[in-house]
This record gives sequence, C-alpha cells and structure tokens, in this order.
Amino acid sequence: MTTTAIGTYTFPSRDRIENFHGLQLVYFLWDKHLMFSAPITLVLPPTLPFSEILGEVLPNLYGAHPQFAEIDWSTVEWELDGVAFIPMPTLTLTALGIDHKSLLRFRTPGLEGLAQASF
Amino acid sequence: MNTPNPNERLRKLSLKERYAHLTRGLDWQPTYQDKKKIFPFTDYEGIKIHDWDAFEDPFRLTMDSYWKYQAEKERKLYAVIDSFAQNNGQMNISDARYINALKIFITAVSPLEYAAHRGFAHVGRHFEGVGPRIACQFQAIDELRHAQTQIHTISHFNKFFDGLHDPLHMYNRVWYLSVPKSFFEDAITAGPFEFLTAVSFSFEYVLTSLLFVPFMSGAAYNGDMATVTFGFSAQSDESRHMTLGLEIIKFMLQQDEGNVPIVQKWIDKWFWRGYRLLSIIAMMMDYMLPKKIMSWKEAWEMYFEQGGGALFNDLSRYGIRLPKYHEVAKAEKDHYSHQAWSTFYQYSHASAFHTWTPSEEEMTWFAEKYPASFNQLYRPRYDYWAKAEADGKRFYNNGLPQLCQVCQIPTFFTEPTDPTRISTRTKIYNGERFYFCSDGCHDIFEDEPEKYLQSWLPVHQILQGNCGGTTVPEVLDWYHLNQGADNFDYLGSPDEALWENWQSARKRVIAS
Ligand SMILES: [Fe+2]
Ligand SMILES: [Fe+2]
Ligand SMILES: [Zn+2]
Repeated sequence: MTTTAIGTYTFPSRDRIENFHGLQLVYFLWDKHLMFSAPITLVLPPTLPFSEILGEVLPNLYGAHPQFAEIDWSTVEWELDGVAFIPMPTLTLTALGIDHKSLLRFRTPGLEGLAQASF
Repeated sequence: MNTPNPNERLRKLSLKERYAHLTRGLDWQPTYQDKKKIFPFTDYEGIKIHDWDAFEDPFRLTMDSYWKYQAEKERKLYAVIDSFAQNNGQMNISDARYINALKIFITAVSPLEYAAHRGFAHVGRHFEGVGPRIACQFQAIDELRHAQTQIHTISHFNKFFDGLHDPLHMYNRVWYLSVPKSFFEDAITAGPFEFLTAVSFSFEYVLTSLLFVPFMSGAAYNGDMATVTFGFSAQSDESRHMTLGLEIIKFMLQQDEGNVPIVQKWIDKWFWRGYRLLSIIAMMMDYMLPKKIMSWKEAWEMYFEQGGGALFNDLSRYGIRLPKYHEVAKAEKDHYSHQAWSTFYQYSHASAFHTWTPSEEEMTWFAEKYPASFNQLYRPRYDYWAKAEADGKRFYNNGLPQLCQVCQIPTFFTEPTDPTRISTRTKIYNGERFYFCSDGCHDIFEDEPEKYLQSWLPVHQILQGNCGGTTVPEVLDWYHLNQGADNFDYLGSPDEALWENWQSARKRVIAS
C-alpha cells in the first residue's frame, strides 16, 4: 500500500545500512530466557566470523545468566529470521547470509530458563 | 423613516442562538480563490462530506461561556496548588516511590498535551466545516492549558525530587519517550479526519479512562491532592473532547457509506497504537503506586472489554466492528504490566525514573490479581533479582533492546498463545528488513511503509552515532539525565534519602 498523502511520498529509510558507517545491525534472542526481556541489538562488521559471535559476542551479552556456561553449542538450534539455520563458525556474517537487521534466535535444548519460568 | 429607539434594550440571545451565529453562515464562499487551495487537506484521505452543517457540537460552546468557565477553573486550581505548596503537601504522599508515576506523567503525558494543542490548532484551521473547526479551536486552547497546568503543578515536586527537571528535552530524546512521541507525531502528520479518529475517538473516547483513572485516582489514593486537582480541572474539558470524538465518527459514518471502511481501518490502527502506548501506564499503575487502585487487568476488563464492548455494539449499526486484535489485548492482560516493568528494571541505568523489586506484600496482591500468571512466571524473576541484589550482583542488561519499527517499544511482548515465547514479526520492504512486536504493528507498517521507514528509533540512532556518543554515560548526558540521581534503583537514590529524612524528622516530632 502507499501512504495517504497530499503529494508523492517517498523517503529514504532512516536505518539503511549506509548510515552505519560500514557496519550492520544484528539482533540476538535466546529463547526461554526472559531474564533478557527483548532481543538485543548489536552493530557488527559484516566480515565478522561466526566463531567470534560464539566466543565473544554472546558471552558478553548473556554470560550473567547461570545457564549460559552450561550450553553445549553443538546442540544449539538456530533460526535466522524465522528459518532454521546452521551457522558455520569459520564463515562471516555476509557469507552466512546474515543481512542488516537480521534476527538470530537460538534455542538451547535442556536449558529452558530458571524456576520453570522460562526466565 | 424608522428611527431606532436608543432606549430599547437588545434581547439577549439564547445559548443555542449564539452557537448558531458562531457556526452557521459565518463562512463565505470564495470567488477569486480556489476553495481547494484554502482547504488543501479536505479530500485526500478519501472521506466524503456532503453537508458540513450536519455536524453539531452537543455542548454548543461559545466564546463568552468558554472564557468564563475556564477562568473559574484556573482560579480554583491555582488556589489549591498554592495551599499545597504552603502546607508542604509533598510530605504527605504515601511514599516517595509514588513520585515516579509523576516522572512518567511529566515526561510522557504532558508533552502529548502540548502536541495535542498543536494538532488541534492545525485541524482547527483546516477543517472545511465551521462546526468541527470551532470545536477543534476550543480544544487546542484546552490542551495548551492542560500542558501548562501540569507543568505548574508538578514543578513543585521538582524542588525536591529528581527526574522532573527537563521533560520536553527528554521527550525529544530519551529512548522510551520515543513511544509517546512517535504515537503523536504519527497522528499529527495524518490528515484531519485520521487525526480526529486517532486522538479524539480512539484515544480520548475509547481509551481515556485507562489513562485518567491510573493517574488521577492514583494521585488521590497516594495523597497527591495537587495532581488530583489538575485532573479535575481537565476532566470537564475531557468530556467535551470525548464528545467531539464520538460525534466526528458518527458524522463521517453518516455522511457517506464509502467512509465506513476508511474509518474502520483507522480505528483498527489507532486502537492498536493507543493500546501499545498504554503498556507504560499499565506498568505505572501496577508497580509505581504504593497504594493501588485496581490492577491493569481489572481496568482493561472494566473500561475496554465492558465499556468498549458496549460502544462498539452501538456503532455496529453503521457497519463498524470491534477493532482488529482486541483479542490479543485480552490475552496479554495477564502479562502486560509485568513484562514492561521487568524491562525497565533491567534498563534502570538508562531511565529517568527509579525501579525496584516489588515487596512481598505487593507480590501477594499481584498473585491475587493475576492468578493465571504471576506466581508461575513473574514472582520467580523478582525473587531471583532481589537475591542477586542482596548478594551485590544487581542484574542489568548489557545490550540495547530491539525496538518495534512502529510502536518503538522494545519487542518484549510474548506470543498471545505462549507467554514464554517473545513475539516478533518481520517484513522486507524495498530490500530492507523491518521488525515488529506484533501483528498489529506489522499491519500498520504494511499499510503505509513509507511513513514508518522514517521512524527515529532511539537504539538505531545511538548505534549510528547520533546521540552524543557511543557510551551509555555520553548518551545519558545527551538526554540531560542527571546520572546517579535520576536513574538506577529507588533504594540508594537521593529521592529515598530525602524521604527517609522527612520520615525520621516526623517521628522525632511525634516522640517529643
Ligand atoms: Fe488534554
Ligand atoms: Fe483532551
Ligand atoms: Zn509494536
């Protein structure tokens, strides 16, 4: 649909990738761990290998949760923007098709949050 | 010749006659200007009006009576504010935690009053019919008065408490205040008919009790008589505003059958936007009032499910149904306030009000009011966080939240069918991906994507480097947030220290 307006109405997107100075946005969400109330936004280089996400990025975001240290990364189930996804640790965000403003949602089978409250 | 007798007194016109003179036949038909140029916004929304004179303001308000009533209300209000200040009314509130509700009010609601003033001044110029134009002009003045009286009333608390010192600056910059700001700017940039459907009908008529009751009854229950008085002073204006909302909807629906689907689409959109905005109020009412009035859930049931249900029943004869996704709001009522408060608790370092974990007494009240959700899902959070706090490991979220492209709220809401799963929706437009909190926000975007791809999302703006710097303290400086005083928990805050000081002084007086 088009915007109801008195004339032609086209604008550049305010969050187009060019506005992030060579970086891109990626959102992360750890399912069943509502201690982190919403997906988290990060600005990252598109050339970042996925191994750095596992080794640096996620521990920094989620390390405060007592279940984080227990994660067996070989069993983790990933979704990229709602589609099942298998990340190769050596590949970069771009190579893996993780575009600007993509959401990576991950589930950790057996680790379903604290107090049976998905927390 | 007929000489007028100078001694004959003119008969005084009745209210009805005066209103008729003000709103009928006063306009003229332009001859050397195209009417479309004088009223450029009349047609483009697709609403067809055949007879503008069919609109009648049931209040039939005229200038002279307007000034008289308003002046009287002002006099009463300022008398109360003065005596509140003289008697140190700030010391008689229930608890200083209550002030945080006022911080939300002055930063998130009062700027909306001012925005409403601008919006109504605009449509008060641009409506082609004199009846609605006059009604909008009066409302424009009312809304300016509301902004002013609120600032005057709350400025008294600013002498003692933190977080109240720069509301308009904060409204334009602080991350969570982009929620009310974007709501109103969406309305104000729409055409005049959508603006009235958004503000006068959907917000003021349908949802207003859910704003008014928490703040004004909340103030009364918590000993804040100054705020109660400005509430009352605004209330008689509000009943006029609500009537305008209902009348304009009926007017559009009666004027042309083709208007019905357009109006329905706007009602769907503005119900959802208004409801999402109220998540902040839900949280304030359940968590920030030391003495509680009713729960969010009870308020939603009473004012929307019952009150709104009757209204939409009434409107069904025009072909209008309940707003889309009202059933989602129903499913969310057990979770709304708890999810909002949990979010602000973990971002307390970046907020201009204080947070805390609820007391045992409050949690008992929550368990009673929210039997289907509180003990199962939310009590364990607060138990865990309170313990972490006691152990010196107060939990903060290290990351910035994803925000909904439309409502701009962090996407913290869960699926209506599963309160343990975060709800997100996505859409690709022009090769770019966008995220939303819900189907409601997704549909609003889909209808007018060009409008919402301009959203000024605070998190993305910070990450683009447009908000004073890359670190949290730099951004908070840019917000004019007084760090260490305005933010973090109530426990350990200067607000708490002041309040405790007053309490112990009072005890000493009683003891001596
Ligand atoms: Fe108002
Ligand atoms: Fe109003
Ligand atoms: Zn949303």
